[in-house]
Amino acid sequence: MSSKSNPTAQELVQNEYRAGFVTDIESDTIPPGLSESVVRQISNIKAEPEWLTEWRVDAYNRWCSMHEPRWAHVKFPPIDYQAISYFSAPKGDKPKSLDEVDPELLRTYEKLGIPLHEQKVLAGVEEDPSIAPVAVDAVFDSVSITTTFRETLKEHGVVFCSFSEAVQSHPDLVRKYLGSVVPKSDNFYAALNSAVFSDGTFVYVPEGVRCPMELLTYFRINAQNTGQFERTLIIADKGSYVSYLEGCTAPMRDENQLHAAVVELVALDDAHIKYSTVQNWYPGDENGAGGIYNFVTKRGTCRGRRSHISWTQVETGSAITWKYPSVILRGDESKGEFYSVALTNNRQQADTGTKMTHIGKNTTSTIVSKGISAGQSSNAYRGLVRMNPGARESRNHTQCDSLLIGSKCAAHTFPYIESRRKDAIVEHEATTTKVSDDQLFLCQQRGISPEKAVSMIVNGFCREVFRELPMEFAVEASKLLEVSLEGAVG
Amino acid sequence: MSLLEVSNLFVSVDNRDILKGVDLEVNAGEVHAIMGPNGSGKSTLANALAGRQGYSIESGCIRLDSVDVTSLEPEERSHRGLFMAFQYPVEIPGVTNIEFLKTAVESHRAAHGCNEISAVEFMRNLRSLTARLELNPDFLKRGVNESFSGGEKKRNEILQMLCLHPRIALLDETDSGLDIDALQVVARGINEFRSPANAIVLVTHYQRLLNYIAPDYVHVMMDGRVIKSGDASLALALEERGYGWLEES
Repeated sequence: MSSKSNPTAQELVQNEYRAGFVTDIESDTIPPGLSESVVRQISNIKAEPEWLTEWRVDAYNRWCSMHEPRWAHVKFPPIDYQAISYFSAPKGDKPKSLDEVDPELLRTYEKLGIPLHEQKVLAGVEEDPSIAPVAVDAVFDSVSITTTFRETLKEHGVVFCSFSEAVQSHPDLVRKYLGSVVPKSDNFYAALNSAVFSDGTFVYVPEGVRCPMELLTYFRINAQNTGQFERTLIIADKGSYVSYLEGCTAPMRDENQLHAAVVELVALDDAHIKYSTVQNWYPGDENGAGGIYNFVTKRGTCRGRRSHISWTQVETGSAITWKYPSVILRGDESKGEFYSVALTNNRQQADTGTKMTHIGKNTTSTIVSKGISAGQSSNAYRGLVRMNPGARESRNHTQCDSLLIGSKCAAHTFPYIESRRKDAIVEHEATTTKVSDDQLFLCQQRGISPEKAVSMIVNGFCREVFRELPMEFAVEASKLLEVSLEGAVG
Repeated sequence: MSLLEVSNLFVSVDNRDILKGVDLEVNAGEVHAIMGPNGSGKSTLANALAGRQGYSIESGCIRLDSVDVTSLEPEERSHRGLFMAFQYPVEIPGVTNIEFLKTAVESHRAAHGCNEISAVEFMRNLRSLTARLELNPDFLKRGVNESFSGGEKKRNEILQMLCLHPRIALLDETDSGLDIDALQVVARGINEFRSPANAIVLVTHYQRLLNYIAPDYVHVMMDGRVIKSGDASLALALEERGYGWLEES
């Protein structure tokens, strides 16, 4: 007796989360627990000015009276915020140059393929003189380890540094814009972040400057029982352009870890910010043990005329993803874009999407969301398109596609449209498809293994989003999908 | 030497017995036609030979080049030179034809320990094949079978066959849904493929494909068995008299 069958999921699952190792390094960690004094302690460690300390304390006080949002389509046991440590940094002073960085840390980034030496490009991409190098800010747990190409960027007037440094070196800009896009009490996690944020990246691109290279921040959570709360602020002055990338990984641990970041983007007249994320936090094992809770608030304001903000995200990691990179289209003729691939496998849960708030006249927004669900995962798109009364002749186009692999996963779409204008054009297209046995058999009959076939089909499904990514990231994203899908066929 | 040897094959689908002891031997250089009324098991035979899920082989044996492949995965049979052209080719949106063909060709090369083919060589070969099948070059950049006409889908199957140069090609009702012009193009593709080194099994309802591709043998299936085999004249007799006279005899 023989009956043909594909290999079962179990047979195919291997521990393929390649970034799952732990760096053995001594850290200074504030013991678990959250109180006003912890907030002040963090501020004190960073030698922050008083206004910022009070800003944090105010956020903390607001947070104390707030509640976790419960509307997302995700399930998880209550988080004990007193069991988390809110600050962890490798021991010792911040290294002044790469030579002073702990070799163990250097090896970590080498393993992850992130270049901390200035002559190198991202690993996995052959050295090609036509590819511009990438400037990197490496954030390890709560602090930034190093930032590369600072001198080159300085020549162009571009500021690219850790957030902590910016507080010291550009206090006026930080004070002016911090919290201007995501207010302290915007939501529960944003308030928590505002109270305890540790490090992150600050970018300022001056008027008329086109940033000469891609900027990358690589976030790594290493310490146990520690949350990561980074804060990113990007300001693109009039007529400037910047392409910013962010990548993230964490070791495999049995318990869940919280990551609650806030990202604020400000684009002035004619400025263009392109923000790309490849999120690969540890997703937990196939039974749903461990993994990162990725509860992130990302928002950009098109503050000037013809400002342009574009979010591209590839979300493959995290046990739970809760994020809605949004654009407030305040300036007339400004433009917001959101391109997203969200893949969930095993027991992962994602509730992700965007908000496009049209305030200015003739504003346009585009949303392309590709959700892929495999295993027993749940994947939800949640989007809000709002046309305010002043948003004369504005338009939005939304395309929202779901792909199902197997029969135990779920895809949900929650699109909200609020239009206060008769002349607004809002379009929403949605499809749901399944990787069918017939498609798999066609591929197999042509000699292609089921794993390869699924990854090829999924890549085809994501093409529209991948082509928005910078080349290095597109390669990385495509490989990541392949790894994340392992075990999806069966 | 026999390329394909099927002995006493019993196959069930959804616990229903469909094939009830099929024997078939196909040698290099031969073209076989398998005919028979609807529900006689022709397509089941093709699918079972290709190893499709859900076609349970209850007993019997399939050999390719004398190797028993009865329990091999579909892709392994493909690597061993078995090709099946589908009656209803499925769409794979977003995956371009080029990418699909390149992935298939590379999978075959990898299975045989060959290096990757150069992109230039691959494209040159592909362009000449598309021209021979009278396909627009843009066709390669479209999603696999995505909004293809019936004729384009079938020509695409032949294109895949010519790219992979199998040893044995099973063509499952490749003539169905084709107008006369498309039928001629497809038949020409098949005839160009035909060589002393490989073999073709045509599953068809009608004589008309056989007007263009002359078979060496014709087999008639009924109720899960091959009830009669003969040469090309058998197909002509069927065209004239239907299947009824065979049932009676």
